[in-house]
Amino acid sequence: MSSIGTGYDLSASQFSPDGRVFQVEYAQKAVENSGTAVGIRGKDGVVFGVEKLITSKLYEKGDNKRILNVDRHVGAAFAGLNADARHLVERARDEASSYRHSYGDPIPLRHLTERVAGYVHAHTLYSSVRPFGVSMILGSMEQDGPQMYLIDPSGVSWGYHGCAVGKAKQNAKTEIEKLKMKDMTVRELVKEVAKIIYIVHDEVKDKAFDLELSWVGEITGGKHELVPPEVFVEAEKYAKEALEESDDSDEEDL
Amino acid sequence: MATSGMMTSGFSPVMANPGMSFQERSVEVSTGTTIMATEFDGGVIIGADSRTTTGAYIANRVTDKLTKVTDYIYCCRSGSAADTQAIADIVKYHINFQRMEMGEEPLVKTVAYIFKQLCYDYRDQLTAGIIVAGWDKRDGGQVYSIPISGMVQRMPFCTGGSGSTYIYGFVDSQFKPNQSKEDSLQFVSKAVSLAINRDGSSGGIIRLAAISKDGVERFTLTGDQLPKFYEDS
Repeated sequence: MSSIGTGYDLSASQFSPDGRVFQVEYAQKAVENSGTAVGIRGKDGVVFGVEKLITSKLYEKGDNKRILNVDRHVGAAFAGLNADARHLVERARDEASSYRHSYGDPIPLRHLTERVAGYVHAHTLYSSVRPFGVSMILGSMEQDGPQMYLIDPSGVSWGYHGCAVGKAKQNAKTEIEKLKMKDMTVRELVKEVAKIIYIVHDEVKDKAFDLELSWVGEITGGKHELVPPEVFVEAEKYAKEALEESDDSDEEDL
Repeated sequence: MATSGMMTSGFSPVMANPGMSFQERSVEVSTGTTIMATEFDGGVIIGADSRTTTGAYIANRVTDKLTKVTDYIYCCRSGSAADTQAIADIVKYHINFQRMEMGEEPLVKTVAYIFKQLCYDYRDQLTAGIIVAGWDKRDGGQVYSIPISGMVQRMPFCTGGSGSTYIYGFVDSQFKPNQSKEDSLQFVSKAVSLAINRDGSSGGIIRLAAISKDGVERFTLTGDQLPKFYEDS
């Protein structure tokens, strides 16, 4: 960030002399301040997990969800600015419902992703707007299997088997890489996702957090929804136990 | 108008244009028609007569009412020739765009929905009864009926045009699901032939096409090849 303040960072519509668009990079920084969001695509569906940081004990529990429904078959998990994300999800919902209206079928996720990514990208082109401080993971169940895509503030999108965004994305990705997710069911993955969120949570810097878990796949009949309470409890228990075990073994090492 | 030869202004049926009456010029070119489509095991068969009329005048006796939308999807046109050609052109434009955007062959359902949207939005201005039929890798062979004011409905088989009224009994009694391609071609050619025999606005030759995962095969049955039925009355 040596070039900060050289005057090329005031607008998203101007390049710096070395070919960068600083406003977009700042937006990506905004995403990295946020709690981690993880998405994993297994053989029969997609699982989302989010570490929602609680900044005050006075907040009511369960508000400001960071996993939302876009369409019956599509879910979104995000990291970054909450307000920006809600606007983006609303846009995604409009695209999905418009496609359904026009063609009588659920929107293919690849197409939805392209539309939303195009919208995000448009906000990196004009001086009158600011880029979205959001990275959004979209997941769905379709006729030819589960799909998952990530859209970042620059407006690029990629398809993934496993991805992570937010504060601890590097650690989370390392954990995801240990899984053979292509052979795993969402029933197995939901526990691993919970575990990853617990592992990457930094209890020194960020004290309280809520775990959010959702899935879409054969198990839900192709519908994206938050995991049912009993599955949630089981996954959270598995995560906490795994964490305690690793703490114990850490102590032994000492 | 009674003393038509003495009139000095306006149209009179006799003076207007020898060989073509006032009525013939004002009546629109219409595919008073028999069209048909049926699903079979592996695809669809579509068929149509070839008569285009302007009132009583046959404007074209070898018309092709089976119009290509994509390599795997065709439509059968009935109603105003101009309207249905224009709609088919517009749908073709939309679907070519859609194919680019989605990066794969469009679904038959998608094509049917675009036809429906146009037929419904302009229902007060259009005379168009269309059957969309084709094959896609998701749902296989499919037939969609889009009758005059813009409804859309998937059907295992479907008839349309003025000639269709004469053959409801035949198709309802003879249709069987999951027939072979050959049997379905026979079914369609018999049905269209029967309609041609009774409907004054249908006639000429029979055009047929079979659409499957291998693409389109087209056939024509000329006068001497039409299936024959009892013809005394």
